[in-house]
Amino acid sequence: MQRRDFIKLTGVGVGGLVLPMSGMAVSAEQLLDKPMDVVFKKKLADIALNAAKAKGATYADVRIGRYLNQFITTQEKRVDNIVNTESAGIGVRVIANGTWGFASTSNMTPDSVAKAAEQAVAVAVANSKFQTVPVQLAPVKGVGDVTWNTPITKNAFEVPIKDKVDLLLSVNDAAMTNGANYITSVLFLVNEQKYFASTDGSYIDQDVHRLWAPFFATAIGESGFKQRTGLGNPVGMGFEYLDGKEEDKIRISGANVGYKNSYDILEDAAEAGKQLKVKLKAKSVEPGKYDLVLDPAHLMLTIHESVGHPLELDRVLGYEANFAGTSFATLDKWKSGKFNYGSKIVNLVADKTQPYSLGNVGFDDEGVKTKEWDLVKDGTLVNYQATRDQVHMIDQKESHGCCYAQSWRDVQFQRMPNVSLKPNKEDISAEDVIKDVENGIYIAGRGSFSIDQQRYNFQFGGQLFYEIKNGKITEQIEDVAYQSNTQEFWNSCTQMAGKSDYRIGGSFFDGKGQPSQVSAVSHGCPTTRFNNINVINTARNV
Amino acid sequence: MTILSEQHAKTLLTKVLKFSKADECECNLDGQVGGNIRYARNTVSTAGEQSDLTLSVQSTFGLRTGVATINEFDDASIQKVVQRSEELAKLAPENPERMPVFGPQKYSKPTGFFDSTANVTPEDRAQAAENSIKPSKANKLVSSGFLQEGTSFTAIMNNKGLFAYDKSTNVDFTVTIRTEDGKGSGWATSDYSDVSLLDTKKTSDAAIKKALGSVDAKEMEPGKYTVILEPAASVQLLSNMFGSMGQRPADEGRSFLSKKQTKDSEGNLVGATNKLGEKLFDERVHIYSDPMHPEVPTPPFSGDGYSVSKTDWVKDGKIINMPNSAYWAKKTGVEYKPTAYAGSGIFGGAAQFIMAGGDESLEEMIKNTRRGVLVTRLWYIRALDPQTLLYTGLTRDGTFYIENGKIKYPIKNFRFNESPIVMLNNIEALGKSVRINGSMVPPMKIRDFTFSSLSDAV
Repeated sequence: MQRRDFIKLTGVGVGGLVLPMSGMAVSAEQLLDKPMDVVFKKKLADIALNAAKAKGATYADVRIGRYLNQFITTQEKRVDNIVNTESAGIGVRVIANGTWGFASTSNMTPDSVAKAAEQAVAVAVANSKFQTVPVQLAPVKGVGDVTWNTPITKNAFEVPIKDKVDLLLSVNDAAMTNGANYITSVLFLVNEQKYFASTDGSYIDQDVHRLWAPFFATAIGESGFKQRTGLGNPVGMGFEYLDGKEEDKIRISGANVGYKNSYDILEDAAEAGKQLKVKLKAKSVEPGKYDLVLDPAHLMLTIHESVGHPLELDRVLGYEANFAGTSFATLDKWKSGKFNYGSKIVNLVADKTQPYSLGNVGFDDEGVKTKEWDLVKDGTLVNYQATRDQVHMIDQKESHGCCYAQSWRDVQFQRMPNVSLKPNKEDISAEDVIKDVENGIYIAGRGSFSIDQQRYNFQFGGQLFYEIKNGKITEQIEDVAYQSNTQEFWNSCTQMAGKSDYRIGGSFFDGKGQPSQVSAVSHGCPTTRFNNINVINTARNV
Repeated sequence: MTILSEQHAKTLLTKVLKFSKADECECNLDGQVGGNIRYARNTVSTAGEQSDLTLSVQSTFGLRTGVATINEFDDASIQKVVQRSEELAKLAPENPERMPVFGPQKYSKPTGFFDSTANVTPEDRAQAAENSIKPSKANKLVSSGFLQEGTSFTAIMNNKGLFAYDKSTNVDFTVTIRTEDGKGSGWATSDYSDVSLLDTKKTSDAAIKKALGSVDAKEMEPGKYTVILEPAASVQLLSNMFGSMGQRPADEGRSFLSKKQTKDSEGNLVGATNKLGEKLFDERVHIYSDPMHPEVPTPPFSGDGYSVSKTDWVKDGKIINMPNSAYWAKKTGVEYKPTAYAGSGIFGGAAQFIMAGGDESLEEMIKNTRRGVLVTRLWYIRALDPQTLLYTGLTRDGTFYIENGKIKYPIKNFRFNESPIVMLNNIEALGKSVRINGSMVPPMKIRDFTFSSLSDAV
């Protein structure tokens, strides 16, 4: 993720936290203004499509977007910042001379929109001089006028600011009463009001909501300081995610509380304070080989880095070589039909349809109806993630529906859909997964993560580490990170919990592309065991 | 028109302030215009241009502050944004850390604007890409790269008499060149304020040399090695360290510059809270900021318009100054030491720092090395422990074994687990500093750099 496009909030978590700040600062009430009229949007879209066709485009699509954000940041007993932003405009993408062209404008008058469409065609024509192979689009049937909304029950933008601030200050109080010395808590709200139209005959109006409520707590002791971040997840939900229902809690005996489809942030903050006190005095891990039991709020990031990214087709083909890198999962491995990505029990699926997930939409940003598909089936690599202009390169006829742009201003391209590990068919619990481990470590929460540019070698930390001896969690330990190789790691997967334990984690700000764009993506998984993994000790005297 | 002249910006901001009824009003104009081109697989993939001009108004009544932003500049819109910021201020909670705005300041004359960069055309960008792709194709290699350039300006004015203005240009180029079979990869970068210094062919030739030279890399056992870190390999670690040098986190006990305090007879923590004045690094380490540096100019003021000039942060290996906020400086009774405004546009973000070096070139440094590892760049750097600044990450796009003053053969990439604090204590030699990512960093020869495992990635 490029730092340049972001404002850095210092002092929160390891390495700081970055907030995307696209859009103009507006009042909270303006966020509740009615969305743009669909009839108006359709008229503008047709103007752009017709202007593009008149200039020679063989295909055109238009995205009219209104993007709303609210960020509330508090530290200890004070409110640090309340920021509301709104950004609206139109992006036009065309194919002319077999080449892509794109232009955008915030000025939504008929003239300006037509001009943007013409400019997009001009860019396509200019770039076609260098084009060696024309763009080949997988067919999509127009769907006419349709709408899709994130299934929220409590619109977070409608919750009064005071209630949100009170909640965050209570979170800070809960953590500090129980052992934290410092805490930053944040509420991020996102609403994307997106209208898509194309020369295929689709007019798709979508209202997408996302929410994240992280906190970053620090405790200071005589030997130094320790940090613990919240175990909640960014989600494709409204304010109902913060209801913290009892039925959504999974309590691991002797360890942490895990959260399913709602999050008790006050309980988690109080737990964080207590766990920080233990962290300050916890024993340091003995390096060596361990069986690891990874909770979903941790494993989601391992899936993201070691499965999600290497199976992006544009990376595999070399389009990201100068930035994020390429991939070990090359086309020959996929074509062989025999590449063992993981053990036989490993089934990894991609989707843009999972309820509560960050990737959940009805249609992607090039008008393709979203779906679920297999990436790794019974341990074998079977597919990638591809958009309309890519699927022909892997001999497929249907786009996977995973095209996305971070705003109307940016051009859409292939982005990671939700990538998730299927649960055990037998509905066993997390504690059932732990009980067979003789010498292991249970890891919860996301910590430091680093992986090479082809996604072979990785090293991951976590938030909470517990020693497992003879099937039981014994005590909290510190300074744990594990190093492995993607294929070896997934082939060492020996057990996983069932659907009752399945939880969705996610990343709010996944970065890719140049200029960099962010996207939000979820990863579902149950508590899962990996045998004989190399653990290092991250404590160091300097 | 998104780049305003100093006079135009002054006239506009003066008009904004006339609408203000707040105790304090400070307004900022930020404008940028720029373009980019991206290519991969030896062909252009995307290209674009962007421009933006934003007015932010910050109004304060007592300890209550509100901010509103707009990108329309007719009188009605300006009046609306001022009123909106005042309404938000009245609704905001009191901020106990709110500090008054500054009065008039004296600034050095900014030097970061170059007409050459401001006048780049789409054709220039396409030619720059072609100059990189052509030699790659000639060598049967695959090139991918990204070039972006732009002009930005910022102006600040408040109702206590402060007015600041800066206009600057930047260009940034990166290129990755790989062999067709994927067995070799090389990378190079260059960034300048003046685009006439940019030669994408020359930069690409460096990447080509590394791509061809890195084929069939041999395995070396992980462990502690003497390394030569090219400036691109150490800039991120140094930038992360500089970004962690703030006084407040140190005083609060949550930084590598926090001092462990002792308890007195009544159990109270006593003694200095931070490591100001302590020697933490090799005595050759000198890190400073200078807005007037000819190769990495920055605005001569911080984000709040406070005048900044050359400031030593580390000298003779000792912590000399620590960046702080106006509030924390006042609370702890020390001088306010901000870093220069780093901007918010495509070239904004990281604070400039300059690490002084020696006279040796990278080539001479290799020549003077008996055994060592040459590292082109480090990738996916993540913090492991903020107390020790221990980081992990991997070498990438050109890692070579040096023996008896010569590059002997390419080696497989390593994962490292190392702290810049250790690194800056284990200096063998410093080369001549060069511009990288808007800062100045020397090539460094470091002993006992810790590589913890091997990677198969090329």
